[in-house]
Amino acid sequence: MRFGDITQAIGRTPLVRLPNLSPPGAELYLKLEGHNPTGSVKDRVAASLIREAERAGHLRPGRRVLEPTSGNTGIALAAICRVRGYPLTCVMPENTSDERKQTLTMFGAEIVLSPATEGSNGSVRVAREMAAADPEVFMPFQYGNTANALAHHETTAPEIIADLPDVAAFVGGLGTGGTVTGVGKRLKRWNPDVKVYAAEPEYGDLVYGLRNLDEGYVPEVLDLDVLDGRIKVDSLRALEATRRLVAEEGIFAGVSTGASLAVALRVADRLPEGARIVAMSPDGGWKYLSTGAYAPGDVKEIATAISGTLWA
Amino acid sequence: MPVVRIPTVLRPHTGGAAKVEVAGSTVGEVLTALVADNPALEERLLEDGKVRGYVNVFVDDEDIRYLDGEATAVGEGAELSIMPAVAGGAR
Repeated sequence: MRFGDITQAIGRTPLVRLPNLSPPGAELYLKLEGHNPTGSVKDRVAASLIREAERAGHLRPGRRVLEPTSGNTGIALAAICRVRGYPLTCVMPENTSDERKQTLTMFGAEIVLSPATEGSNGSVRVAREMAAADPEVFMPFQYGNTANALAHHETTAPEIIADLPDVAAFVGGLGTGGTVTGVGKRLKRWNPDVKVYAAEPEYGDLVYGLRNLDEGYVPEVLDLDVLDGRIKVDSLRALEATRRLVAEEGIFAGVSTGASLAVALRVADRLPEGARIVAMSPDGGWKYLSTGAYAPGDVKEIATAISGTLWA
Repeated sequence: MPVVRIPTVLRPHTGGAAKVEVAGSTVGEVLTALVADNPALEERLLEDGKVRGYVNVFVDDEDIRYLDGEATAVGEGAELSIMPAVAGGAR
């Protein structure tokens, strides 16, 4: 495979069967998005956000891109903005790990810190204020930008259909809602019988404490109607599934992968005999080593200790 | 009896309790009994007797929207949880 630049190397990720974890009567597959250039599914999203902004005339060379993110989206945007010549600012809570800050800084992103006590809500608030105050700044805002789900509708789903035309069900995690919305709509257009399930990460109480029910936020990108089920997965079950995946299938993935895998195993017996289920693996596990998620020891104790930071 | 898990933000309205046992054989019955015992919860959870749009109710980890809504059956050992909508960012 030969590409003109790094942004063109996004997508066409492996769809890998899980012979050892598939329950009787079902066949599980993982879509390994960790194989994207910066190591996550967010390369697709970032490329789509930038492409659509260029198309709409929101971006011209030298214009600054601003996004509240400390995670995969920031790293993906940083790589694309480098190649395309846009300066990038990422807003993130001040308690973001040094590893994340270093990675983004290395990619050339400027970092603005928001109060730790406000969590990611605070980053969104600060980014919105900065964008409102400076008309020269463009904020893609993946939670409310249709280009997010579009990336999955136009790339992720067609790849799944090409590799596995008789796919019976898809499981993705709920973050922005872009994956399940985009993939789900396209798969259902291909075959209305396809079932779509969302794995909802169950955050630690600490994270809930930082949020306000009265301002409960449903991302605009998420279309709840595309789902056939939404199942929450706590840190322990996600971590257990992630560990089983590496132990039994030799695939080292991030904890969100474990959450989707746990849901795929749970819904398998609701599907017709022989059903082929695709679960999303948004990224590999490497980036999370410093969280302690993969440290040796009792998985229950580890899950309890890190449940507040695991999904950050 | 079914157990309802209360998120941190709502615990001031349950006297600090994180888990509350409430009788009922459907989600609707359980929530009606819950707000009868803890009246301050009502406007936060229900609107015209239905679960508010931004409140997610799960029975044994499954969102009731994709089961039978308020009519979803709740077994004796079931666990209900109330989750504010959460999605990495907020308005």
